[in-house]
Amino acid sequence: MFFLKGDSVNMAPNSIHWFRKGLRLHDNPALQEAVRGADTVRCVYFLDPWFAGSSNLGVHRWRFLLQCLDDLDSNLRKLNSRLFVIRGQPANVFPRLFKEWKISRLTFEYDSEPFGKERDAAIKKLAMEAGVEVIVKISHTLYNLDKITELNGGQPPLTYKRFQTLISRMDPPEMPVETLSNTIMGCCVTPVSEDHGDKYGVPSLEELGFDIEGLPSAVWPGGETEALTRIERHLERKAWVANFERPRMNANSLLASPTGLSPYLRFGCLSCRLFYFKLTDLYRKVKKNNTPPLSLYGQLLWREFFYTAATTNPRFDKMEGNPICVRIPWDKNPEALAKWAEAKTGFPWIDAIMTQLRQEGWIHHLARHAVACFLTRGDLWISWEEGMKVFEELLLDADWSVNAGSWMWLSCSSFFQQFFHCYCPVGFGRRTDPNGDFIRRYLPILRGFPAKYIYDPWNAPDSVQAAAKCIIGVHYPKPMVNHAEASRLNIERMKQIYQQLSRYRGLGKNFTIFFCHAVFFPLACFPGYHHMPDTGHSSGLYRCNVSHDMAGPQHSGNRHRNVYCMLHEYHTVNITYSLYIPIYNILCGVQQATCCTQEEVLQVRGSESRNEILTVKMTLSPPLTSYNGKLQRSRRFMLPVGTSRVW
Amino acid sequence: MKRGQKGGDDAEEGPGAPELCKRLRQDDSEDGAVDWRLLPEEILLQIFQYLPLLDRAFASQVCRGWNQTFHTPELWRCFEFELNQPASSYLKATHPDLIKQIIKRHSNHLQYVSFKVDSSTESAEAACDILSQLVNCSLKTLGLISTARPSFMELPKSHFISALTVVFVNSKSLSSLKIDDTPVDDPSLKVLVANNSDTLKLLKMSSCPHVSPAGILCVADQCHGLRELALNYHLLSDELLLALSSERHVHLEHLRIDVVSENPGQQFHSIKKSSWDAMVRHSPKFNLVMYFFLYENEFGPFFGDEVPVTHLYFGRSVSKEVLGRVGLTCPRLVELVVCANGLRPLDEELIRIAERCRQLSAIGLGECEVSCSAFVEFVKMCGGRLTQLSIMEEVLVPDSKYGPDDIHWEVSKHLGRVWFPDMMPTW
Repeated sequence: MFFLKGDSVNMAPNSIHWFRKGLRLHDNPALQEAVRGADTVRCVYFLDPWFAGSSNLGVHRWRFLLQCLDDLDSNLRKLNSRLFVIRGQPANVFPRLFKEWKISRLTFEYDSEPFGKERDAAIKKLAMEAGVEVIVKISHTLYNLDKITELNGGQPPLTYKRFQTLISRMDPPEMPVETLSNTIMGCCVTPVSEDHGDKYGVPSLEELGFDIEGLPSAVWPGGETEALTRIERHLERKAWVANFERPRMNANSLLASPTGLSPYLRFGCLSCRLFYFKLTDLYRKVKKNNTPPLSLYGQLLWREFFYTAATTNPRFDKMEGNPICVRIPWDKNPEALAKWAEAKTGFPWIDAIMTQLRQEGWIHHLARHAVACFLTRGDLWISWEEGMKVFEELLLDADWSVNAGSWMWLSCSSFFQQFFHCYCPVGFGRRTDPNGDFIRRYLPILRGFPAKYIYDPWNAPDSVQAAAKCIIGVHYPKPMVNHAEASRLNIERMKQIYQQLSRYRGLGKNFTIFFCHAVFFPLACFPGYHHMPDTGHSSGLYRCNVSHDMAGPQHSGNRHRNVYCMLHEYHTVNITYSLYIPIYNILCGVQQATCCTQEEVLQVRGSESRNEILTVKMTLSPPLTSYNGKLQRSRRFMLPVGTSRVW
Repeated sequence: MKRGQKGGDDAEEGPGAPELCKRLRQDDSEDGAVDWRLLPEEILLQIFQYLPLLDRAFASQVCRGWNQTFHTPELWRCFEFELNQPASSYLKATHPDLIKQIIKRHSNHLQYVSFKVDSSTESAEAACDILSQLVNCSLKTLGLISTARPSFMELPKSHFISALTVVFVNSKSLSSLKIDDTPVDDPSLKVLVANNSDTLKLLKMSSCPHVSPAGILCVADQCHGLRELALNYHLLSDELLLALSSERHVHLEHLRIDVVSENPGQQFHSIKKSSWDAMVRHSPKFNLVMYFFLYENEFGPFFGDEVPVTHLYFGRSVSKEVLGRVGLTCPRLVELVVCANGLRPLDEELIRIAERCRQLSAIGLGECEVSCSAFVEFVKMCGGRLTQLSIMEEVLVPDSKYGPDDIHWEVSKHLGRVWFPDMMPTW
């Protein structure tokens, strides 16, 4: 007995797997779902040729993407399949594809970014209307980001330390799934027409309207195959060094390395989970089964941190209307911005980095710190949003969340920093690469300068400039700012802004001069904020900030209250409560607070409501006696019911 | 507009508030609805003080009574003019009509005024225009704040000076004046002194290139109530310190000095130890805050003799040698920030600082290097008095004794609280 395809009720589905990020066949759970039990599968990628020309992605990013798609196509060919590059917008084209290909299942990787979530919701709706089942899987991040936020009481964590604490309380990430193979494909096939190349082929850069004359070959070739070669090399080198610390910066680390992975993680040519578990295995092998420290995964966790912070914040890439971003009166100065972006600042260290970025699409993370600091709080006082846009165009691994988050961080616009410290555009480079080879490589015009002057050629005597065949002010620009003066001004400005912020929060009076006090998250992070009168318990200093979330999520009969308690050190803190909560179950309670770092969220949860006024007196006391050298994991505290109870 | 300043008003609150509430309640009509007309003005005023200006303005349109309260002088004592141009700033400006209205109706009520000005010359000019119209007011505090580049410096000096002197002449009781990065000059300071010498308590004038050491000396000589002063190093002189420590002078609380090099190889004068000693004798508790933005080779005249500095900030690279001298010459040091240093670890220097600076309670290290064991030793010596300890992760160089993973336990143990190094994102 046989049945006709498509006519039976029990028919196997026809699937589409929609590639966006996650451009890989290994560890791709959504792709596996597309194939599972399916009759046909088609892997699609949407490109809008009109958008390509007008978008602000630079040619390097486009080339990287096209190389990824080429690689994906050739790997799919090995499985008798192909990649379908569709010209157009998903929302316009999907309905036609569903009909034409008789689709009943659509799969894609979960996108955590607000714009992506919105787009995906619209497509899901479209699909449902067309009777297409939609399967979404998380594989671009290690964790389910919503779980992290949930664990933090509904707010994304705002410090990396806090983030690490949350992560350490969660189960380890899921193992990567098997690579798509002929075995997994089973009887699932991809119908490919004669004219596939014309209709669905991967376009070239010229077809997208880029002028590729004189375009140097790619320093970072795109694609999953390259990514998998690199991760092996990356691990080999780590195994060879047998040292898992963050490598110390030197002149060499400034250059693109054949073991670099960040662009591959950005496009999902490399699974972060694969990277995670390979690192773990290697560590265990080398360090004889010791549990690896969180710092081993630094690069992956920072990425995760910013994705978490951004996932519920559609204005994460803006200053205005962004609840976690401090409003700083940045200067609008298009000429200065252009000088920075086009490597004409007159500071060789900055210009060399910006040239490398433009030519190769990647710069070392400390180099990013240097140019970001220079543009924003260090020297030019220009908005981080402008810098972020330039990075978005040029930087291969620039991701919406990570890019915006890092810029906010480096410009002191959000997250937590202790004191204002500017990278010197002369001294920082000199420390890293005293000889100046990096500068000579990217700014050949300065090649003739001796190491002594290569970071500040304007200070070189005329004779040295003449001998170097480069007169400053003629062949290479003079420095666009006086760094000493600019950093003096800017540090003062930052201090002013943060002092004002703290004052509004009642932190007032007792400032240290150079250090930022415990809290300076923008108000919006703390719903229902009100400042607490000085309790007099904190040795005269006023260093804690308590707010409660009056509008906390209310599940039926189950109220949650969050007490945000920001502490700088051990102090007695009074939390005076006049809420209607009867049973107090303090999660992550006292011991958490005594082991506090910068920020703690205590969650107070009650299960039924009764009108009571209750005073919670919380004494966070110290140190050496109770300190046993280990961070304790959260314990539960049950507080008895009663009025005016002192705890 | 920010919330109005409440400082000082608390005393005027009076005991009547609860009483008034009760009255309001008793006056409730039968059906339990509150008659808002009966809301006493005192309470309305209290409420208005907590509202942003825009909300107050909306509320003022409710009825004549509320409108009257809106114009109560108390609500207009404190005002912050924000002057921004769309071409040079992302932030909104105070509406010109509001400015006009304030000048017309409330200029005599203004007491605490600040101007926040963006980087454009137009904005600085607008600020001067407003200043020169403040003829019938008596300000207590005035702040001219450049939020981006120092735009007051781009104005014609005479224009700026004539606007500023309007305030000096008309306000006979100025107590705080913040005029950093402006073209204020000696003659205008003389006007200030002539009119406000009895009341002036705070003067901040970092980076005012038109003021000479003689100009600031005149202020110190005459204004005996001066408690806080901020200026650049080139204005600091032995005479100035002696004037500030004269018998008639109140105790100084805060002296901030910015040491900025305008061009490489610049020579800096030095201050006699005897002048500093006189200062400390006169004001034993004063804070001396010094910001250094110098090249490494310009530190010659500094830290040779003992300096009563309490807060030290090195904004550019500072040599090992100078930091070594800091340990020897700064016994009053409380806070220290080193943004950058050369390539050799700062081990002995830090330990010496821990040994000699017995009041050190805060330290921040940026691009420096310290070996882990020296750092642990430093923390052990200082112990719990280090309330601020922010060290960038890269600063700590692992050695045979401590690796990056155990250092934070060791340091936490000595501090008596959990401590971690500061981290910057790896991207």
